[in-house]
Amino acid sequence: MFKLILRRLALGVLTLVLVTIIVFVGVEALPGDACTAYLGRDTALETRLAKCREDFGLNQPAHERFFVWAGGALQGDLGISTRRNKPISDLVEIRLRNTLLLGAAASAVGIPIAILLGVIAALTRDRAADLWISTSAIFAMTLPEFISATLLILFFSVWLGWLPGIVITRPDAPVFEFLQDIILPIIALAFVMTAHILRMVRTCVIDVMASDYVQMAVLKGVPYWQVVFRHVLPNALLPTINLVALTLAWLLGGTVVIEVVFNYPGLGRLMLDSVSDRDLALVQAIALILAVLYVGLNLLADLLSLIANPRLRTMKV
Amino acid sequence: MAVANSANEVPGNRAFRVGSVIREMARRPSGLVGLAIVGGHVLLAVISPWIVPYDYTTQDSRLVLASPSPEHWLGGDHLGRDVLTRTMLGGRQALVISSLGTLIAVLWGGSLGLMLGLVGGRTDDVVMRVVDAFMAIPWILFLLLIIAVLGTADAVLIPTLAFFYGISVIRISRAATHDVTARDFITAARARGERMWTIVWREILPNVRDVLLVDGAMRWSWMILAFSSLSFLGFGITPPTADWGLMIANGRSYMAVAPWAVLAPIIALSSMIIGVNLSADALAKTLGIDRAQKAPV
Repeated sequence: MFKLILRRLALGVLTLVLVTIIVFVGVEALPGDACTAYLGRDTALETRLAKCREDFGLNQPAHERFFVWAGGALQGDLGISTRRNKPISDLVEIRLRNTLLLGAAASAVGIPIAILLGVIAALTRDRAADLWISTSAIFAMTLPEFISATLLILFFSVWLGWLPGIVITRPDAPVFEFLQDIILPIIALAFVMTAHILRMVRTCVIDVMASDYVQMAVLKGVPYWQVVFRHVLPNALLPTINLVALTLAWLLGGTVVIEVVFNYPGLGRLMLDSVSDRDLALVQAIALILAVLYVGLNLLADLLSLIANPRLRTMKV
Repeated sequence: MAVANSANEVPGNRAFRVGSVIREMARRPSGLVGLAIVGGHVLLAVISPWIVPYDYTTQDSRLVLASPSPEHWLGGDHLGRDVLTRTMLGGRQALVISSLGTLIAVLWGGSLGLMLGLVGGRTDDVVMRVVDAFMAIPWILFLLLIIAVLGTADAVLIPTLAFFYGISVIRISRAATHDVTARDFITAARARGERMWTIVWREILPNVRDVLLVDGAMRWSWMILAFSSLSFLGFGITPPTADWGLMIANGRSYMAVAPWAVLAPIIALSSMIIGVNLSADALAKTLGIDRAQKAPV
């Protein structure tokens, strides 16, 4: 069991190393470097460029700069954004908090609803309730985030005037000041999330309902609700832990769009801005943070299912 | 109910006929609706340049944010262009790019995954680590990076989307190959002394193909979504080309005055994506593949 956890950890670290290499190479391939971006591409004089490159160590070979950057990142030093003239950690910290706030709030709303609806759909399989739930889930899942978000704004802020359509709170405002502003973004994000997770829960519950031990329990006369709560749910919800983590990680991409639509000061919007004005160091840092989140979530899910499911512990990997 | 390809049937011998699969899909109400929507969109994309009522770039100052009228059924946008015309044309780019992208993604990802599934060993380990690493990068960041380097020409967007989405196909195809090679009929074929190539071609490929078809259909809808999201964010299409994602982005600011300029492309894009999804669902059920449990990556 201990060996298994170590192995998972090692794989996670390996993935991160590969991500840093991919991102670094990708950013290297961008035309221009931090200095051309800093000085402006047209006005940059050769001498000033050379001076700037020397100052920032950009005239070193790429692989040396990679190790300097990766070494700094390991110690929590993400470098300096030349474009914004600030340490990247300062820029990123508050944005990361905002994005995590949005994600956590959406999960807190979305996951319980998803589990509830998923179980209801599975238990009423192919009957009216299931058809309603499953069909709405397909709709919610397939609509791009920018469409559901735009429609939410149209209905709730333009037509009904109930909620603010865009976030105008300062990025570094305390959490409670955000809460009234971010109801619509939370709904938009939770909407997609709920649909994805609900479908997985439904499938898992249906699978378990068809298993031999559940049939056995039914045949020996265990009351229906006891079968559901004692036999089905514990076994059905276990595999969904992994799927939920994967979904959450995948939705990190979706928050970018939602942040843009609602003008929410999160990491996603910062990423978009940094790509458009070629703030390369910032792009690298954000990519790294998002990858750490992704790998971390996956690792967490693996460990949780190991703890919750004794059968996995003896399994060969 | 011809849920073909159940575990007992010898799968390699099932001939695959496009016509009969589509007929089978259309027998389900949701499949029929899905196919009809997709067919309608494809037809519209092909013939729209000849049947649009107005020119899509002409700006008419009297039409700025105008309400729907008998002359202009869906009103005008913020630059005074006919919304109906632009909505009819707005899906062509998304359709072409996503179809080509999906085709390439499934072909390269599918064959690499099949190979890895068969070969296994060290090669498999190494490639799968790289695949994992790519999947840890948010799709939007990856696409934006490449677009920032190479621009937004079709010749960039199609290979980029195909490359990125093909990486997830590798996993699917590899898993499907593992699934098949573990089954009894492969052992039987080996025992019969069939050659490796025959086994791959006759026994494994037909099974993996079904999985890839269903996956490809899903991926198609994600690619439409990704393309529209990019164009919504301003990274996809160069104006004044009509595109739904861009139309929604532009119309959003005038939503209070001219909701039709947003709602028309929203309905068009949503219906296309929902149509593709309904078709993919029907295809999965027709081929007897459960796609619900797959993670959305």
